[in-house]
Amino acid sequence: MSRQRPRDRAAATVLHVVLAAGLLVMIAPFVWMLLSSFKGDGELRQTPPTWLPADPSLANYRELFDRLDFPRYFANSALVAILVTAGNLLICSATGYALAKLRFAGRRALFLLVLGNLMVPPAATFVPQFVLVSNLGLVNTYAGLILPNIALAVNVFLMRQFILSIPDDLLESARVDGAGEWRVYWQIVLPLCGPALATVGILTFLGSWNSFLWPLVVATTEDKYTLPVALALYSVGQNQTRYGLLLAGAVTIILPILIIFALLQRHFVQGIATTGLKS
Amino acid sequence: MTRHRLAGWGFALPFTVLFLVFLAGPVLASLAMSFTDIRSADVRDPLAVTPIGLGNYARLFEDEQFLQAAGNTILVVLVGLPLTVALGLAVALGLNSGVVRFRGLFRVGYYLPVVTSIVAIAVVWRFLLQPESGLVNGLLGLIGVDGPNWLNNTSTALPAVIAMIVWRGLGFQMVIFLAGLQAIPQELYEAARIDGAGRWAQFRHVTLPALRPTLVFVTVIGSIGLLQVFEEPFVMTRGGPLASTLTVAQSVYSQFSFGNYGYASAMSYLLFIAIVLLSILWFRLLRSEEAR
Repeated sequence: MSRQRPRDRAAATVLHVVLAAGLLVMIAPFVWMLLSSFKGDGELRQTPPTWLPADPSLANYRELFDRLDFPRYFANSALVAILVTAGNLLICSATGYALAKLRFAGRRALFLLVLGNLMVPPAATFVPQFVLVSNLGLVNTYAGLILPNIALAVNVFLMRQFILSIPDDLLESARVDGAGEWRVYWQIVLPLCGPALATVGILTFLGSWNSFLWPLVVATTEDKYTLPVALALYSVGQNQTRYGLLLAGAVTIILPILIIFALLQRHFVQGIATTGLKS
Repeated sequence: MTRHRLAGWGFALPFTVLFLVFLAGPVLASLAMSFTDIRSADVRDPLAVTPIGLGNYARLFEDEQFLQAAGNTILVVLVGLPLTVALGLAVALGLNSGVVRFRGLFRVGYYLPVVTSIVAIAVVWRFLLQPESGLVNGLLGLIGVDGPNWLNNTSTALPAVIAMIVWRGLGFQMVIFLAGLQAIPQELYEAARIDGAGRWAQFRHVTLPALRPTLVFVTVIGSIGLLQVFEEPFVMTRGGPLASTLTVAQSVYSQFSFGNYGYASAMSYLLFIAIVLLSILWFRLLRSEEAR
């Protein structure tokens, strides 16, 4: 075996070099984005491109936040994401509990409906959803932005799968002690659902913060734009040549998520892996 | 049991109502809409709408712009999916080989693009791909290659958009594959080694068969996502040049913004059917290989 050692070590070195090169390709765009958001438009047009800003300034951010309405877009994105997440945590955990632990007529049908929905693409539903929302008078309102996403089937599925693993005896002994179903759910089931709630919460917040198509369709005036809508419309509209401004806008969307990701990365990765395996 | 029945619906009711109103209803309504000539002006007066049978669907197959969008979308799936899956699997195998240090760092780094807004990162890539001042051509210049005007050239725009899609998506595949790899019992490898299997034989006869369910999952999820590609061309190319990066989801959106709701619904139903058929096909293909 010792004969193979140098070969193994060489293979391990090659593997590290390849993986590190790949890592650079993955991270370089973010580093360049952050550095370039402090550059002026003149420097961003230079050939060859630069990495470090020659004359770093906060001018792009000042323009986004003082002259343009980015504080408003940021607040819209945050409000929508927080309410969508809160709604999903509450509504989907309750439905997951019913599907996993309670017997009622129509339970199977409801579960099949949830499963069937996992394949329905947003690109195929936004036209009729818009017609509905417009008939309800909710176009260009926060309710219109939030309601269609406040109870997502995928989250019901995740909560149900998790709650199935809670032993029935635990719930039964609480019922014998006289606890009603609401108390069983609120005081026994929910406290045990920590990891599942973390996964659902993170994935839902992320999905809402980054979502584009639905807010693009529903928000028709600037005061209801979310960050991605504002940035995308700026980038194809009259600000499309304002390179520094657009890059600072991209940082404004990405940085909060990167900070959350850095703090909670274990939950992100585990959540996605379990979603994958359980489906 | 009556208590259960009442409580069951009590817990499930908010979801069921929201689901029926905001999703099931619209999905069925859009099927009906796709057989009519409904336009934005008709929304408040549904009786003014005329049923036109399969008219919208027939029109789709004569709409050259839509056919090009469908072709582009198929290309995105055919090229993007194998690349994303292969690269995601390669990185996962590398990280799982047991010799790599800083695994956590690598995993986070490769996963980073997955959590970021597609719109924001597409804006960044548009600058990276600028012909003169872009980083990509700057790096190519260092090795003496004169890079093209990626996003303004009908032969390079779609490949550049696909490259960005692969770059953003491979971390997701990697995480799923890592979870799949870690679920393979080590005894299987030990048994294979005792039987004299080398690295390749172990991969071929232990790893790949054990990863089959994972492979089905990432292929299905991956193709559902790729069939709906929208943000990347919207921000990077607006579907151009000459519709060379136009996708089906973009066509749906542009017909919608012209107010042609009936026609847009027909397009999105076709997309929906394509997604269902492709998912069934993957399940069949990858399962039948298992039986072989």
